[in-house]
Amino acid sequence: MSVWSRIVNVFRVERLNREIDEEMQSHVEEAIAEGRDPVEARRAFGSAMRHRENSRDVRLFAWLESLRADAVFGWRQLVKAKVTSAAAILSLALAIGACTSAFRLIDALLLRSLPVANPERLYDLSRQGIGPDGKPQDFDGWAYPDFQLMRATVKGQAELIAVSYAEPGDLTYKSDAEIEKASMQYVSGWMFSSLGIRPALGRVLTENDDLKPAAHPYAVISHDYWLHRFGQDPAVIGRTFHMDNDLYEIVGVAEAPFSGTEPGTIVDIFLPTMMHPGVTHKDWTWHRTLAQVKPDAAMEPMRQKLEATSRAFEEERAKGFLGMTQETIDTYLNQKLLLEHAGTGVSDLQSGTRQPLMVLGVLVGLVLLIACANVANLMTAQAAARTREMAVRVSIGGGRWRLVQLVLVQSAWLAVLAAAIGAVFAWWSGPFVVSMINPPDNPARLLLPADWRVLGFGVALALAVTLLFGLAPALRASAVNPVSALKGGEDPHSRRRLMHALIAVQVAFCFLVLFVAGLFVATFQRLSHQPTGFSADRLLVLDTVAKLPQPPEFWEQTAEHLRAVPGVEMVAVADQPLLGGFSWNNSVSIHGEVPNGVLSYMRAASPGWLETMKIPLLDGRDFRLNDVHPGSAIVNQTFANIYFAGGRPVGQSFELVMDEGVRLKYQIVGLAGDVRYKNVREPILPQLYVPFRAAEGMKGKSQGAFLVRTSIANPRALAAVLREEVPRARPEFRVSRIRTQMEINQSQTVRERLLATLALFFAVVALILAGIGLYGVMHYSVVQRRREIGIRIAVGARAGGIARLVTTDVFAMVLVGAAAGLGLGMASVKYVETLFYQVRATDLQMLALPAVAILAGALLAALRPVIQAVRIDPASMLRVE
Amino acid sequence: MAKADSLQGSMDLLVLKILSRRPRLHGYAIMSAIQDISGEVLRVEEGSLYPALHRMEEAKWIRAEWITKETGRRARLYELTALGKKQLGTEESRWHAVSLAVNRVLREA
Repeated sequence: MSVWSRIVNVFRVERLNREIDEEMQSHVEEAIAEGRDPVEARRAFGSAMRHRENSRDVRLFAWLESLRADAVFGWRQLVKAKVTSAAAILSLALAIGACTSAFRLIDALLLRSLPVANPERLYDLSRQGIGPDGKPQDFDGWAYPDFQLMRATVKGQAELIAVSYAEPGDLTYKSDAEIEKASMQYVSGWMFSSLGIRPALGRVLTENDDLKPAAHPYAVISHDYWLHRFGQDPAVIGRTFHMDNDLYEIVGVAEAPFSGTEPGTIVDIFLPTMMHPGVTHKDWTWHRTLAQVKPDAAMEPMRQKLEATSRAFEEERAKGFLGMTQETIDTYLNQKLLLEHAGTGVSDLQSGTRQPLMVLGVLVGLVLLIACANVANLMTAQAAARTREMAVRVSIGGGRWRLVQLVLVQSAWLAVLAAAIGAVFAWWSGPFVVSMINPPDNPARLLLPADWRVLGFGVALALAVTLLFGLAPALRASAVNPVSALKGGEDPHSRRRLMHALIAVQVAFCFLVLFVAGLFVATFQRLSHQPTGFSADRLLVLDTVAKLPQPPEFWEQTAEHLRAVPGVEMVAVADQPLLGGFSWNNSVSIHGEVPNGVLSYMRAASPGWLETMKIPLLDGRDFRLNDVHPGSAIVNQTFANIYFAGGRPVGQSFELVMDEGVRLKYQIVGLAGDVRYKNVREPILPQLYVPFRAAEGMKGKSQGAFLVRTSIANPRALAAVLREEVPRARPEFRVSRIRTQMEINQSQTVRERLLATLALFFAVVALILAGIGLYGVMHYSVVQRRREIGIRIAVGARAGGIARLVTTDVFAMVLVGAAAGLGLGMASVKYVETLFYQVRATDLQMLALPAVAILAGALLAALRPVIQAVRIDPASMLRVE
Repeated sequence: MAKADSLQGSMDLLVLKILSRRPRLHGYAIMSAIQDISGEVLRVEEGSLYPALHRMEEAKWIRAEWITKETGRRARLYELTALGKKQLGTEESRWHAVSLAVNRVLREA
């Protein structure tokens, strides 16, 4: 019989069964006709089931058939124990869903290749050196003139491509009133041909679009933008838009799915690098440099060539660093050029979330293992309850493999159902987590395809899970000894040993998850309660732009206008908000000395800024309207400590040392309290504030931020009104973005909040799962030992003794598990240390928290089984037996 | 009485031999024939007979056919194929070799 006909037989099962039955029936009748006793004849036939199975085994792929039967039987078993099954399926679903979701994120952000030609030959150039703070630091920003030299150096071995950091730009298609935001990336014209990206419509940029500064106002839009902004209108070609005083023409649409080289950002508009204002500046590092390496190029010689070229460029430039010590300059020049694989793209989101995502991946993996252990224990307990059924199956001739299969098929049911629910969970939670990674005003946009990779992962996970929790109970079930099982005397300890071992493992993992979660939560709490030195309550930040630089009077006039809006308490102007991510720093020289290498961080602020921000004025005075920059300055306490240790800074003067040796002279008029400038993790920086009003003869400002403290509790409520009031005060201005200072502050701790929230969530899940597991095992052991307990009670054991009897073993396992978890935690914590802030793994509190939580969980779980045990009525118990 | 297990090796031989003498027998008749001819010494268990029959059918040593008897009940009759005859020869000579060897051991040990 061919394999095919065997498979066909599977679907003729009914007929075959009938034939075999009929043949056996005729056999029995024959025997009776011969004069044998009908009962004896039937008995002689033995277990009909086994005959049928053995006969059929030969005639078809019994396996397929039995699988079908087991699936039906397994399903019935699940339905029979609805609550248990639902608990098992849901806990698994949660774990599988979380795992798939984590995989989806990690895959989309870190593992997936860019949709370009030969992504494996794409590298990112960066420089590694010693930063101003003395720590090693990596930076992959480059100046365009340097880029041009490097590109010429390695011509023929690699094609270098400049791509700017993608950032939101303000543009208008019609009038200025209809300003909109789009994500912009300046790219080398030849990027498209090098990366093999063809136009979906029109044309893409070429090298000819990238020759002379400011001479190529052409734009290519991404397919995604074409779809969402223009509804795939082919008439988009030839449309124009205004941005930064330039009029750009859209010449084409890049083919999908390419949307830039930064995972986490979907670029809307590609512009030629020559249109970037920094393209001629030697000191403006504004773009990444990607290298598309030729297949036969030797990497190390090329790296050295690039490093030499870049160093020569910087040495030439350093000749202009007049105000710096030779040591500082040397530190700056001694940078190593790195070539790193960029086949999966390069983005800040990637580097910033790589470690947190990995940590979360491990945490969800642990939760999955806990869930698996749980289900394995539930299955073992269930199998114990089914010992008799199994024994009967064995004794009437069910093969042992059939039993293994039976239990495995039931596990597969659980896994498949859990995976299906988990998939829905993952489908929902992936985008949800992405939305948590970034602040709402600049959301990360990550393509999260649910394709065969994710599907494959899900299927592999379901299979692994089936084996993980199904195999042990399955093998155990098949090892049943019918004689002793039917007598009811099977060794009860062997089963419990397995369950206890699993409990220890569960508790260990649970401890680890709780421990790590506790560290993350503490980190987040400490960071978010870190004093900033100013008050973010009721504070709105209006990022305001003008087409051309505007005189300071216009800015003042607008601020005055806003002060009259009902609900507004105070208004000030600054170049940028604090903690907003924009740094402006310079070297300071006191009494004409060479600067000490410490950079001072600057902010330009109007009179009333200190008061609006609620930054205390410790000495001297605030700015007045006639103070100008350069001229007057207010410094913070840290600045005073560094430069005037002990002395009174107010009344003193200093100079700012600029490139090319230019020095600007300032008089200190005030001393302000310390505030956080760019980051809440670092120590307070030396800061100095200069007047927003520039001196006579200097250009006005085309952008600034109005800081509005409202008198109403929800500053957002005023956003719409203020957005309209700004251009009403001066038509030159428009508001490009409104944020609350609170949002800006919170965006500092996005990563920590993500980690803390998710870790806490998983910790709770882990604790619940472990609790359920403990409960299940204790409940099982009470049920199994009810005879023994009944006898003990009958001979006078006290409730305490019974409780101890029931819980001792399990609590010993909890202790073993917790100790193991502690060891694991201590060993693993060093891998995630960089994610902590002012938190030590050895803090007693950090260790006590998970221990107490687990103990409390264990006690809670033990409550019901103990009550059950104590309430066993020996009389009725023994009567049943 | 020999147990069924001890017949395991010789079951095929016995069935093939019976079918070569008396073609077209049903399962029960094969079983009875083995029992009768051996003088009730050899006994085939039903549980071993049918799997063996189906296995031999699978190997194409025998073929089966459903008939309807005068009682109206259907029965499945087995007969030897050409391949089965050849197999019988092989099995018989192997049996002789084995029993010869066993006898020699019994005699000379």
